[in-house]
Amino acid sequence: MRIDVKKTYKLFIGGQFPRSESGRSYEILDSKGNFLANPAQASRKDLREAVVAARNVSEKWSSASAFNRSQILYRVAEIMEGRSEQFVSEIVAQEGLSRAQALKQVSEAIDLWVWYAGWCDKIATIYGATNPVSGSFYNFTTPEPVGVVATFISGDSSLSDIVHGIAPVLAGGNVVVAIANEEFPLSAVTLAEVLATSDLPAGVVNILTGKSSELAPWVGSHMDIDGVDGSGLDLTAYEDLRKEGAENLKRINRFTSVKSPQRVLSFMENKTVWHPIGI
Amino acid sequence: MTMLVIDGSETSIKSFLRTLSPVDQVGAESRAAMLGTRSIKTASKLWAIDTAISMIDLTTLEGADTPGKVMALCTKAVRPDPTDSTVPHVGAVCVYNDMVRIAREHLDNNGGKSIPVAAVSTAFPSGRASLEVKKRDTEDAIADGATEIDMVIDRGAFLSGNLAKVFAEIVCIKEICGDRAHLKVILETGELVTYDNVRKASFLAMAAGADFIKTSTGKVVPAATTPVVLVMLEAVRDYFQMTGKKIGVKPAGGIRTTKDAIKQLVLVNETAGPEWLTPDLFRIGASALLNDLLMQRMKMKNGQYSGRNYVTLD
Repeated sequence: MRIDVKKTYKLFIGGQFPRSESGRSYEILDSKGNFLANPAQASRKDLREAVVAARNVSEKWSSASAFNRSQILYRVAEIMEGRSEQFVSEIVAQEGLSRAQALKQVSEAIDLWVWYAGWCDKIATIYGATNPVSGSFYNFTTPEPVGVVATFISGDSSLSDIVHGIAPVLAGGNVVVAIANEEFPLSAVTLAEVLATSDLPAGVVNILTGKSSELAPWVGSHMDIDGVDGSGLDLTAYEDLRKEGAENLKRINRFTSVKSPQRVLSFMENKTVWHPIGI
Repeated sequence: MTMLVIDGSETSIKSFLRTLSPVDQVGAESRAAMLGTRSIKTASKLWAIDTAISMIDLTTLEGADTPGKVMALCTKAVRPDPTDSTVPHVGAVCVYNDMVRIAREHLDNNGGKSIPVAAVSTAFPSGRASLEVKKRDTEDAIADGATEIDMVIDRGAFLSGNLAKVFAEIVCIKEICGDRAHLKVILETGELVTYDNVRKASFLAMAAGADFIKTSTGKVVPAATTPVVLVMLEAVRDYFQMTGKKIGVKPAGGIRTTKDAIKQLVLVNETAGPEWLTPDLFRIGASALLNDLLMQRMKMKNGQYSGRNYVTLD
């Protein structure tokens, strides 16, 4: 007879796994209504710490070469593959799917991650431009990352939604503060364990679990957040966020779960450079 | 408490320092850690932020300092937040010797006449030069308009037990300062190894005429850790009880966040006492700290988290 070693689900901030600064946690239930886990309930101060951690590494991540970023993201997919058993059992417990369905979801999510990893060094090629100008200049337009992006993960299909929330933002060279889905946070915590053991620099992705209704106003008004993916918010909360976020002109978007390079582009802004010919 | 009788001879210094009570290392560290857990919120926090701003010695001590950078720093010293005139000006501007004149002129021309310029002197940061050079260094700074001198002690002499040399140097620089400049003596606690040494060096400096004792140059890690500041504040308190003279304390190096600064203020209040909570008796040597204090202040005024885009780059 062995006593279970139960897991404490914590936050992921700056490459570390702290409990919430507030000491709070909340209860989540499995698909049959039984107790499943007590994930940490992040406070606004945890959000603040996550933004600081992200901002500190933003320059490093955005200035890494696109090829290097895609290699690092591909490596994340390799490690997800090794952890797939853990993802599957959590999805089975949380969503009540069969093992086969859960396995299919995990495989799709990993493939999706690889698909976004591939976009790192293609996005500027396809969506950048050499513009015709009448003068002795080259004129280039290239999409560049906005900076720190907060992303509210939606919960239709937990792991794929997490990948949709995080991977495209990273592929564009942004750093991420992800707020896990309130009901289905376990896969997000497991993904944090994957990221912590990958080559991703600490702080590039930070994952908070807790109540998005509590965190959304602080995300909206935070002057050091440059973009928000509000997919995981209900429409009222999303509209409020847009009002709050107007103060520092955040790029605020909301997506359905269609995979598209638009998700990468939504958190990039075009930069145009004039360069004299012959100098 | 023992009487303070030092005539400058090795024997008198040693026999005085021998009377000092030793520092309980574990006790000092746990007390500093305990005081660090005090929770300072809302109105008290706002007061602490403004007090901390008014105590900052806004510092730039880089080989790459340019007149432009020093002038920008002085502008910031006068009006830390250009969008909010209720923010107090800082305690002083601290620069290398050759930048003193530039800083003084720029402050005078931009409404900062009341802000003193502090110069680091006596072959800062190592202190490895002859006494003649150190004297000239100090004279130069004062002639250029410095009214505060941050001198370093000769740590090599201190550690090899040559306390009379350390003492004599401080006395000599103090003579040059006279009533023209305040003297801050940098102990460089990161190189003194033990808390006992910090306590001894503090008393040595105070007995030799320091107006302030300062933890560090900022070039050595660790710098102003809370236990070290606690030990120095206790020394200052004991010295006050012995002599009735109030000596200031200046932690410098490694204080970067509002939280760190508030911890320092709590230490001052609980160790030396609330009468030390003034820029005349407590200063914080820092550069990045000011931005964090301003961002916290904005958060308290506007209710939203601020970012680095809303404060100046240093």
